[in-house]
Amino acid sequence: MHVPILKQGPYLIVTMQSALADADFLQLRDSVMERVGKFRSRGVIMDVTALDVMDSFACRSLRDIAQMIKLRGAETVMVGIQPEVAFTMVQLGLTLDGVVTALDLEEGLAYLDRGNKKSR
Amino acid sequence: MIDEIHVSVSSDADIVTARQKGRALAAELGFPITDLVMIATSISELARNIVLYARRGEIVLGVAIDDRGKRGIVVVARDDGPGIRDVKQAMLPGYSTSGSLGLGLPGVRRLMDDFQIVSEAGKGTIVTARKWSQ
Repeated sequence: MHVPILKQGPYLIVTMQSALADADFLQLRDSVMERVGKFRSRGVIMDVTALDVMDSFACRSLRDIAQMIKLRGAETVMVGIQPEVAFTMVQLGLTLDGVVTALDLEEGLAYLDRGNKKSR
Repeated sequence: MIDEIHVSVSSDADIVTARQKGRALAAELGFPITDLVMIATSISELARNIVLYARRGEIVLGVAIDDRGKRGIVVVARDDGPGIRDVKQAMLPGYSTSGSLGLGLPGVRRLMDDFQIVSEAGKGTIVTARKWSQ
């Protein structure tokens, strides 16, 4: 399944759908990394609002992608983790160490804007 | 009465199919949304174990009924793969022979109400997990 990546000024917005298979996460990783370089993005928002399952593979993939984006000099904010998904993640022992999270897209963009002002 | 649903699992796309069918069945049984996510996530972990370790197998979904007539969902993950040499070790959080996070099996045990695992080296693995509706 294709994951849309939107360019919004200095940021990329990645909107994930519910039925992502393992291969989709790997493909997503490659396309995000390519675009961060191409558009010289300062930040990436990963919107997981529609994601109905965050299992150990999805969690590790997203954590890895965030880590790679950081190494390329951009910031990642994960937004929209649903309460029942958060509950299940905690039960499973899944953590997103080192990944900034925000309630929704609006909060995520506000976070990136604050960081961008500081570095100018 | 809902019949058993069999989903053969041999690719990452099958993992998605299995968890979607499980979620749909659980929704039909009236589970609340938090339980739906826990059940779908458990199926995802079990199906991934099949693809990762046994390459192929199946997920069987069905309705469970206990002695008092309480209903729930039963998830069986079955494969004829290499089996698990040390089941006790495989149930420890963080233990993995594949480089994964090692949270799958112990996680599923926490997410579901009942959990049984039968495995023999060279003969395959059967995991049976149930969750009861309130």
